[in-house]
Amino acid sequence: MNKTYLTALLTSTLLAGPALAQTTLTIESWRNDDLTIWQDTIIPAFNAQHPEISVVFAPSAPAEYNAALNSKLAAGSAGDLITCRPFDASLELFNQGHLADLTDLAGMANFSDVAKSAWQTDDGAATFCVPMASVIHGFIYNADAFAELGIEVPATEAEFFAALDKIKADGTYIPMAMGTNDQWEAATMGYNNIGPNYWKGEEGRRALIAGEQKLTDPQWVAPFEQLAKWKDYLGDGFEAQTYPDSQNLFTLGRAAIYPAGSWEISGFNAQADFKMGAFPPPVAAEGDTCYISDHTDIAIGLNAKSPNAEAARVFLDWVASPEFATLYANALPGFFSLNSTPVEMQDPLAQEFVSWRGKCEPTIRSTYQILSRGTPNLENETWNASANVIRGSETPADAAKRLQDGLASWYEPQK
Amino acid sequence: MARARTSIGRTIAAHAILITWTVIALFPVFVTVVNSFKSRRAIFADPLALPWPQHFDLVGYTTVLKQGDFFGYFQNSMIVTVASLFFVLLFGAMAAFALSEYRFKGNLLMGLYLALGIMIPIRLGTVAILQIMVAGGLVNTLTALILVYTAQGLPLAVFILSEFMKTVSDDLKNAGRIDGLSEYAIFFTLVLPLVRPAMATVAVFTMIPIWNDLWFPLILAPAEEVKTITLGSQVFIGQFVTNWNAVLAALSLAILPVLVLYLIFSRQLIRGITAGAVK
Amino acid sequence: MAARKPVRWHIAVFLAPAVLVYTAIMIIPLIGTLNLSLFNKGPDGVQFVGLANFATLFGDPRWSASFWNALGNNAWFFLIHMLVQNPIGIALAAILSTPKLRMAAFYRTAIFIPTILSFVIVGFVWKLILSPIWGIAPGLLDLVGLKSLFAPWLGREEYALTTLALISVWQFVGIPMMLIYAALLSIPDEVLEAAEMDGITGASQFWKIKLPLILPSIGIISILTFVGNFNAFDLIYVAQGALAGPDFSTDILGTFLYRTFFGFQLQLGDPYMGSAIAGAMFGIILLGVCIYLFGIQTRLRRYQF
Repeated sequence: MNKTYLTALLTSTLLAGPALAQTTLTIESWRNDDLTIWQDTIIPAFNAQHPEISVVFAPSAPAEYNAALNSKLAAGSAGDLITCRPFDASLELFNQGHLADLTDLAGMANFSDVAKSAWQTDDGAATFCVPMASVIHGFIYNADAFAELGIEVPATEAEFFAALDKIKADGTYIPMAMGTNDQWEAATMGYNNIGPNYWKGEEGRRALIAGEQKLTDPQWVAPFEQLAKWKDYLGDGFEAQTYPDSQNLFTLGRAAIYPAGSWEISGFNAQADFKMGAFPPPVAAEGDTCYISDHTDIAIGLNAKSPNAEAARVFLDWVASPEFATLYANALPGFFSLNSTPVEMQDPLAQEFVSWRGKCEPTIRSTYQILSRGTPNLENETWNASANVIRGSETPADAAKRLQDGLASWYEPQK
Repeated sequence: MARARTSIGRTIAAHAILITWTVIALFPVFVTVVNSFKSRRAIFADPLALPWPQHFDLVGYTTVLKQGDFFGYFQNSMIVTVASLFFVLLFGAMAAFALSEYRFKGNLLMGLYLALGIMIPIRLGTVAILQIMVAGGLVNTLTALILVYTAQGLPLAVFILSEFMKTVSDDLKNAGRIDGLSEYAIFFTLVLPLVRPAMATVAVFTMIPIWNDLWFPLILAPAEEVKTITLGSQVFIGQFVTNWNAVLAALSLAILPVLVLYLIFSRQLIRGITAGAVK
Repeated sequence: MAARKPVRWHIAVFLAPAVLVYTAIMIIPLIGTLNLSLFNKGPDGVQFVGLANFATLFGDPRWSASFWNALGNNAWFFLIHMLVQNPIGIALAAILSTPKLRMAAFYRTAIFIPTILSFVIVGFVWKLILSPIWGIAPGLLDLVGLKSLFAPWLGREEYALTTLALISVWQFVGIPMMLIYAALLSIPDEVLEAAEMDGITGASQFWKIKLPLILPSIGIISILTFVGNFNAFDLIYVAQGALAGPDFSTDILGTFLYRTFFGFQLQLGDPYMGSAIAGAMFGIILLGVCIYLFGIQTRLRRYQF
């Protein structure tokens, strides 16, 4: 007989008994990146308060996470705690009965409705994951390079392209580090990064969901028109440039501007030996309201079939606490807490990103809520379209029309 | 004289072709191994540079050894691979013998049935397989992996082996029958030794996908004690930051045991052919 | 003949272990999955829809465009393997089997090494070599004065699939080489000696004597290549991602199937349409295997030694 099986058997019999013996919780996650942070910082902090519950953080590589998790949930061998992707992926798990309803969890009071929106049913009646973090889009730049070339941080479109022209004319640096090989960079750090300024953040996003605006409307085509202009400022062979290529181009000091998400901060801090700064997506004209993508990205929920639900709820309550928020936001600068209690952050770059919350209107990525429920999938189509537009193989108008047709083919309000 | 010269020329040409392809085959491997000894920065700054002195960095290897019990992972991979190979070869050869040796009703259908498995990726059956393992209490055991890999390897083994078994001389087998050998004895003592080269070939083909498989270890046996080396090295592949030097180090280390297994089998293959009593 | 035992138990004994393990672990789960292709989610839960999923797959312009694109790409992928991988494999095996060739064992091992690498390494290292930025390939081409020939191959629609097919050839050429090598070595010396007596040597000996003798092995290789290519998935997934860019130009049936069946990013897995695709792939592969089994294999002459 196998040892693990015996242990599992023993654990379950012990749990059935009256005494609350040592319980082990397993966390399913796609965040391989965070393994050491959980092992060295977060779990010890939790165990300081709850020594009777041991926690194992068991991540799998992000590319396999959804498929592996769904299979394990279907067959009943998944871990107790499930890291939740935002919106439909987790909603579907809740609807299938794999995620437990956490609406009544005491710690949920620490989150605003906006923070919880990515992990609620459409009517907001039930919440099934405890929000952990959001990520903010913008541009990270090489401050030394900017100083060397005498470039001011751009605030408007015109200044942005003037800066790019100046870097290009100088020739020392590649103006912008982005490639289209992996496609998602073009959509996430391109389209959804600069887009909110054109479709006016939440206003446009909600109008699109309501069917009042179409993807072929000027405010939705405009970001593609901007992206089409980026091509001239990318490095040679950007068509085959992958995401790690882009990261390394920037951190090795060969590119001046990096269209970014705040998640890059900790990696870049470790790798770049020059001073970095960040600016929000430039607005069309000076004085325009700025909009930023402050995207609810990661949360944690409870496997409905977990035999350790009681201990898991204790853990989730702790995840909802300001203590966890501070730990997590500082261990992973760039993953911003969604907790209502403000979190003190040490990292200057992270502080810069989060300061935009004060002056710009936040929104989430336009393709995430509801609109990627059908086939063809709007988010995936947007990856493909954004990459095509940057490569110049599809015009902005054609790309927008294709996305609109695809959406209209299954989404009632857009028909 | 003329004949000797052409044969020298031919030998040189043969070596030239083989060396060219060897270089093509090994160059990327060289790039992998070289870069596994460098820091992440150096990998991208100058991927062709040899790993010393200024680039040399064991950080990949130290990261690998720090994060998880890699020797334990090796051992798990070894057990799973060798056990699965054993069952695939034994069961596969037996079935192939039945199909190629005897004429019985449904022979062709049975052959086709056993070949179905190479036509659909077994991954599609994941949920049902996992349910079987959950029901049998086999989740997080190496047994679960061995069962799946045995099933996965059988179709190809039967397919190739039955082809080779058709080339074994009937006279030999009939002589054995006249000597009063049972069908089992004919199979184990006469036929098996003769198809050793084919067995070695099948072993090599079967072994590689098992060793490199990521999916079933992830689904069936993700626990720390039963992790395989391939699954263990995936821990360095992240969402936003991939620890390439650790991935390369882990996977470079992981190549070694397969290489040794391959050398054993390929030597077996050659010896099997040259030492065959009957040609 | 009548003397034979009516029930030949040994046949059952020989077949039983393989059939049992294979049926329980592989066939039953796979039948369960393929069965899903006849169902789909309706207004009142999952219901039987007959062949409606297949009608969608081939009838709905979006689905059918993806399917035919993947099938076409897959055919090209296979063609490159047949035209490049297998001839190179046979040629290498023929050279390797030259009697008294020094270092044969070294070459054999070296050429086989790529085959044992994991796809993660293969994808990473080739992207590194072909990268326009880090420059191993551009640098090497520069050395021979051909820098102008360099292009970001993996990022261009017109080259990406061919490039990936050639990487796959690089990785798997060891398999036909090994199989043919084994077949060539098992040709009895007497046959070759007799040929030499008749003055058939060298290249003509290969074409006239050895090639006919290894035709069955070439048949096996062709069908294995066919099956392997139409099930391929990992290399493209590792190198280009599940969306098989640029603009789906590297999408083959395997990537299309996995993306649909298991979902990807925000796209939820659709086991019903996924199974329908798997069913269509199964049909294509079964057709190929049947053509081989009934059309080609039976006509190949086998020699017993």
